Amino acid sequence: MPTDAVAAHGGHDHHHDHAQEQMDNKVFGFWLYLMTDCVLFATAFAGVAVNGHSYAGGPTGKDIFELNGVILETACLLISSVTYGFAMLGAYRHNKSQVMMWLAITFLFGLGFIGLEVKEFVHLVSEGNGPERSAFLSSFFLLVATHGCHVTAGLLWMGTLMFQMGVMGKPLNTTYMSRLTMLSLFWHFLDIVWIGVFTVVYLLGSMT
Amino acid sequence: MAHAQSGHGHTDAAGQSHGSFGSYAVGFVVSVILTAAAFWAVMSHTLSPSSAVATIFVLAVVQISVHLVFFLHLNFRSEQRWNVTAFAFAVLVVFIVIGGSLWIIHNMTERMMDHTPNGPLPTLQEQP
Amino acid sequence: MLGKLTWSAIPLDNPIEMGAVGLMGIVVLIVLGFVARYNLWLYLWKEWITTIDHKKIGIMYILMAMVMLLRGFVDAIMMRTQLAFSHGASHGYLPPEHYDQIFSAHGVIMIFFVAMPFVIGFMNVAVPLQIGARDVAFPFLNSISFWLTFVGMALVNLSLAIGEFGQAGWLAYPPLSELKYSPGSGIDYWIWSLQISGIGTLLTGVNFFVTIIKMRAPGMTFMRMPVFVWTILCTSILIMAAFPVLTATIGMLTLDRYLDFHFFSNDGGGNQMMYVNLIWAWGHPEVYILILPVFGVFSEVVSTYSGKRLFAYTSMVWATVAITFLSFVVWLHHFFTMGSGADVNAFFGISTMIIAIPTGVKIFNWLFTMYGGRVRYEPAMLWTIGFMVTFTIGGMTGVMMAVPGIDFVVHNSLFLIAHFHNVIIGGVVFGCFAGLNYWFPKMFGFRLESKWGTRSFWFWLVGFYFAFVPLYALGFMGATRRMEHYDNPAWVPYMWVALFGACLILCGIICSILQIVVSIRDRKQLMDVTGDVWGGRTLEWAISSPPPFYNFATTPVVGDAEPLWDAKQRGTIEREARDHYEDIHMPRNTGAGFIIAVFAGVFGFAMIWYIWWLAIISVIGIVLTLIIRTCNDDIDYYVPGEEVKRIEKAHFLKVASLETEKQHAD
Repeated sequence: MPTDAVAAHGGHDHHHDHAQEQMDNKVFGFWLYLMTDCVLFATAFAGVAVNGHSYAGGPTGKDIFELNGVILETACLLISSVTYGFAMLGAYRHNKSQVMMWLAITFLFGLGFIGLEVKEFVHLVSEGNGPERSAFLSSFFLLVATHGCHVTAGLLWMGTLMFQMGVMGKPLNTTYMSRLTMLSLFWHFLDIVWIGVFTVVYLLGSMT
Repeated sequence: MAHAQSGHGHTDAAGQSHGSFGSYAVGFVVSVILTAAAFWAVMSHTLSPSSAVATIFVLAVVQISVHLVFFLHLNFRSEQRWNVTAFAFAVLVVFIVIGGSLWIIHNMTERMMDHTPNGPLPTLQEQP
Repeated sequence: MLGKLTWSAIPLDNPIEMGAVGLMGIVVLIVLGFVARYNLWLYLWKEWITTIDHKKIGIMYILMAMVMLLRGFVDAIMMRTQLAFSHGASHGYLPPEHYDQIFSAHGVIMIFFVAMPFVIGFMNVAVPLQIGARDVAFPFLNSISFWLTFVGMALVNLSLAIGEFGQAGWLAYPPLSELKYSPGSGIDYWIWSLQISGIGTLLTGVNFFVTIIKMRAPGMTFMRMPVFVWTILCTSILIMAAFPVLTATIGMLTLDRYLDFHFFSNDGGGNQMMYVNLIWAWGHPEVYILILPVFGVFSEVVSTYSGKRLFAYTSMVWATVAITFLSFVVWLHHFFTMGSGADVNAFFGISTMIIAIPTGVKIFNWLFTMYGGRVRYEPAMLWTIGFMVTFTIGGMTGVMMAVPGIDFVVHNSLFLIAHFHNVIIGGVVFGCFAGLNYWFPKMFGFRLESKWGTRSFWFWLVGFYFAFVPLYALGFMGATRRMEHYDNPAWVPYMWVALFGACLILCGIICSILQIVVSIRDRKQLMDVTGDVWGGRTLEWAISSPPPFYNFATTPVVGDAEPLWDAKQRGTIEREARDHYEDIHMPRNTGAGFIIAVFAGVFGFAMIWYIWWLAIISVIGIVLTLIIRTCNDDIDYYVPGEEVKRIEKAHFLKVASLETEKQHAD
């Protein structure tokens, strides 16, 4: 068990077990929150499914989706998932500098994903294919942007953790291990949702 | 607390599974293959539309499972039981919400769209 | 600078609204004056605003619910009065635009800011105590949940003074709720108060699920949990599964209104049926979120006041679980008439009828618990018996409407209104009064006086039937819902009977208020000395009333589904303090939950009035508060064992001395 956590609680084993239990509950609770996020995304997917062909005379998926960009975005997210995994491996080895390095790399790939997505949105809107064009585009923007907002929140969380552990010097104790664990659940979950997005929205959409 | 480096996945005192370099590497390679296959299925235009649709859905389900096992370390061990149960229930709700909505809306739309053989009847103003 | 907000947002030309605003203002000033007079600012901040103690949070939820009951009831009396007079040539005193806001606000307030907080309040007060825990799993999140709900309530009430409320009903169907047809601030107030309080509720669901799964006392297996805890477990599942759908759906409507999206609009390919479908996919689980907890309350009340173990515990549990699962596959019965085919309608009609079966099982179990028991007719028991009769009738009218053919005749008529008030009042409201009478002594240390409680019950019961049975008849006669004027003179006497019923209910409310006032006045005579004022069977009655802040000095070990009753039978109740108590780990109070909620409220207000810079600042405020909170390592402390011993000793001494007093008096 991490020695800093034991020291923080005055060296009582019983206290540390209690702290670990509370952290486990936090991780479990966060997993449950992710399940509710599943349902949130499901509703957005339902919107895409129902509005999938409501083009209102506007463009279809085939007209506007650039699959090469999607491949790049997918690559960024997938790589960032693995690099986060390496960060977690560093955490379990209590190697804070390894954690910080891999978090930074993950952050950069995540930022790359967001950058590509923003570029796509700006391009669509500038051509008059923004969400106000049709129900099809409305549901596209909702689902993809909701995912993008979640990724952005994850990046903010990641940045905060890096600041707290790096600049503020917080230790890799039970608290920070559990926070890294929760962010890892979040980050992998978002990659899973993205599999759904590129399959249902982009791949399916570009076949019409 | 020491823990042995096994093939992939081992638990710490808390019951949280965590991976090894091997599990992330395998997961990554398999995911790349599955993603590439999905994009190829659509972009190469070699499959019929319905085959392509079926293929990408199957590939998606497989890749999601790969992520769950190799990245999220979800397994059926007793410490993870509640996580799996919660996930299974969430999947059930997702199917009901999406499936139910599709069935209902499709049914209603079918009953409201014009099915007459020659299109809509002329309006009063258009009648001779 | 201030977006759409101008002085004209204040409804100076509407005397009724200004009167209501004036009344609200006077009440707020009286409360603030009281606080100032007795210099309670610091006390309020330290003991209530920053609390993360589930017992106090529960009390705040219930207090908020009771105050909002008055507000929602005023809406109801206004509607009944209007309908008694508004027929033929007369148009009553409420123009349609105002009437529409009243029925919309009435529904939103009663469901979201009376029923939900009442039920969540009971969850907070009772669940940790019943499972032998010291608090919920996430006390800080609990505080956030309450204050977010409070802020949602504040926004709804603010709409009375600044702007307007939505006029599209409590569920704001598009296209009426789209910007084109509701350009004012009303729907936006609806959107943001529901989104903000909805997040609070979702967090509550996660909180209580983890609490029940992970924090039960050793020995309390699932099949040894009190039935109330089972119902809350299932309610938490419903909350987690359903509320994200509400968030997403309202989000879609918000995007339609703010950024010209086309989810539900008339043009651009929007599909209004999808809104109705999604909102009821949330809406049906929502009504089970309301009723399952009160089913749990009734199980506790019936077994306690019958002096008998609950009949067929196992079937009770399975019935609750069955209702939970089934509640996900019935939602289309809210829109049979929207145009789906016979196959779809038949599926949902049958599933709706099936869900009545486990409810019937529960009713029989309660009856069989009473049979052969020595029933004490305390107010909580009266409410329970009233519920069993009233809810059954309401349920039967529900099964009637589950037949699509019948529903085609009575959908959106006053028959429907009578049905859902029948089950919500007969079920949820009666259950909340039962729970209030039952757990009040645990919360405050003295019980509610029973004379006024009984009077309140009879007024409510008789008043309910006078108020709503005429509505069943009116529904058959063709009267629709949400109308502020009608032409059929045959309906008039029924409307008057309904108004009379509402007046009886008003008497019931007054009696409840008097009950509380009298109980506070006579609290010494009504004191709960031992902590077990009813001869209870579950763990919450094993500790003092009110409990010490740490709940249990030592974590109980449980061997039975009725652990306290079991301990009484075995004679293993502790009667004096132990020699040694372990240190107890407790979380610190924090103002962060309150501050986050205030920022959320400002955000909501800013979004309603299009004050974008303020909205951005509020979001930054929320994020910063959260980040600062996570940087804070000093969020908990240990209560020394000596301090625990002191508190326990004082309690046992008090019990002993008061018992000797009683013996001398007898």
